Amino acid sequence: MLQNMFEKIWEAHEVSEGLIYIDLHLVHEVTSPQAFDGLRLANRPVRRADKTLATADHNTPTDGTMAARLIADELSRVQVETLERNCEEFGIPVYSLGSDRQGIVHVIGPELGVTQPGMTIVCGDSHTSTHGAFGSLAFGIGTSEVEHVLATQCLVQKRPKTMRISYSGELGSGVTPKDLILATIGRLGTGGMTGYAVEYAGPAIEALEMPGRMTICNMTIEGGGRAGMIAPDEKTVEWVRGRPGAPADFDAAAARWRQLPSDDGAMFDTEVEVDAGAISPMVTWGTNPGMVIEVTDKVPDPAQMDSPGDRESAERALAYMGLTAGTPMTEVAPERVFIGSCTNSRIEDLREAAEVVDGRKVAPSIRAMVVPGSQQVKATAEAEGLHEVFRGAGFEWREAGCSMCLGMNPDTLSEGERCASTSNRNFEGRQGKGGRTHLVSPKMAAAAAIEGHFVDIRDWS
Amino acid sequence: MRPIDVIEGKVSVLDRHDVDTDQIIPKQFLKRVERTGFGEFLFYDWIRDGEIELESNPILVTGRNFGSGSSREHAPWALEDFGFQAIIAPSFADIFYSNCTKIGLLPAILDEEHCRLVAEAGEARIDVDDETVTCAAGVFEFAVEPDVKHRLLNGLDDIAITLENGAAIDKFESAGGAERGPVTTAL
Repeated sequence: MLQNMFEKIWEAHEVSEGLIYIDLHLVHEVTSPQAFDGLRLANRPVRRADKTLATADHNTPTDGTMAARLIADELSRVQVETLERNCEEFGIPVYSLGSDRQGIVHVIGPELGVTQPGMTIVCGDSHTSTHGAFGSLAFGIGTSEVEHVLATQCLVQKRPKTMRISYSGELGSGVTPKDLILATIGRLGTGGMTGYAVEYAGPAIEALEMPGRMTICNMTIEGGGRAGMIAPDEKTVEWVRGRPGAPADFDAAAARWRQLPSDDGAMFDTEVEVDAGAISPMVTWGTNPGMVIEVTDKVPDPAQMDSPGDRESAERALAYMGLTAGTPMTEVAPERVFIGSCTNSRIEDLREAAEVVDGRKVAPSIRAMVVPGSQQVKATAEAEGLHEVFRGAGFEWREAGCSMCLGMNPDTLSEGERCASTSNRNFEGRQGKGGRTHLVSPKMAAAAAIEGHFVDIRDWS
Repeated sequence: MRPIDVIEGKVSVLDRHDVDTDQIIPKQFLKRVERTGFGEFLFYDWIRDGEIELESNPILVTGRNFGSGSSREHAPWALEDFGFQAIIAPSFADIFYSNCTKIGLLPAILDEEHCRLVAEAGEARIDVDDETVTCAAGVFEFAVEPDVKHRLLNGLDDIAITLENGAAIDKFESAGGAERGPVTTAL
């Protein structure tokens, strides 16, 4: 029987109906303390510490604080120290603050080669969908489920439906995977993928390197999708080869991985087709990632919207964002620029942004920062001299972590501040109470930093 | 988890779509390492800024795609701690829905028109076993997965149920099912 990739992976992991085995459980400091408490209360051990890996990322300051005990914010310090203590007690490897392997959980998994095709991967974080870029089934879970996986290495899970989004053509010059996924969410809506495991396919996806594929799968959750997936190919195999977590018998593993792509003629519950060549650089204007337009567009007018619900949401979003309908997006001027997050903080993202800012200066009206996704990304970037490019242009160059993506650490927006951000969520208050977030690609963020307002990167040189 | 069978009482209304978990419980409250006490921070910014008023009632009716965004279980913890026992909406984000069922907070899906009628009625009675919401405007059916219903009605701990199935997990692992993926402790 013909099977799609999701079906192959799901069936290989079904312990019994609705109970799936988890190959890798990633853990961080924010969503795990109550789960470890639960284990202690019930006197339960961690079933497979050897399939579990922890890091500290959400709370970690990016100012050079290199040990948990030195974190100034007391609650953050307690949370990171609690993670370290829990991992020690239960025998779980942890790359905390100070480790050269520390970083955003979704950046370090692929970087260490522990993210591999055909696996089931979970983490108490919605952006776990990132790992699906390797042809794995990866999704975010809540704290009760974190406890369940720690105790049983399994997860009770309703089988999602499957959706394939096929991208024909190729992305135009200056148009990035970030724009592709933002345009897709703009079309399907923030709930458009709810209930689905989504496979991204077609020539435009096959042409992408692994980091771009990760950006796309990362934002699946912003469309409501359970998991995003991309079929493994030789680029996937070569990414994993030689990394610390790569299988000992690599060739045998790679041969298995090559069997994972959806069979020709396999069925999906829903199919969507997108012309990648028609996608432009995108900028969000509102307070969810579905509120997105092409950079050449004007801020939409709620009065033109059909449904009263959409109209009301748009009016509220414009008021929060301090925007007027009809304003060209290229006239909107941020005060802050943030390049980082699990969506866009890999070395390739930093190289793209550095190319834009090289030899230029950040506009005087803007405070801009670059936050590498991991200590290893930071080290690589510094070996290439990217930190000097950014600093020379007037960017702050910081330590690895989630940083201003969610503002659980000292990096936040102030009330009313407008930010061009390479992160994944433009929700109200996400980057700081009253902060106004515009989601863009690294190139678009870098160009906005230089010009002091959004620009169409395609026209800009 | 406490068993839930019938939820009855007044209805609070939050007439918004796409309410994300960053609004339900802003990130600054995620630094706590406890599971309780999140209710006072529910919709912290919206309530403090006077954007919404929300009474503590057994039932909350709201708009589509409720609970989108972050997987933080702190969101259902806050809703439950505030006093809600059931949330009624036209649709929920997947992870949020699942998180609610794990703690015994009932997410019930009704179409938009029925949600509006329940909101207008101001009071309702939800019968989990019958899968019905009854209010002055009528009796509306919702669906809940049989295994979720069984757990909710009996207040069962998911982990205990899975551990009863421990032999199946042992068998899966010994048949080679645990061979995929890295050995994290050997990195």
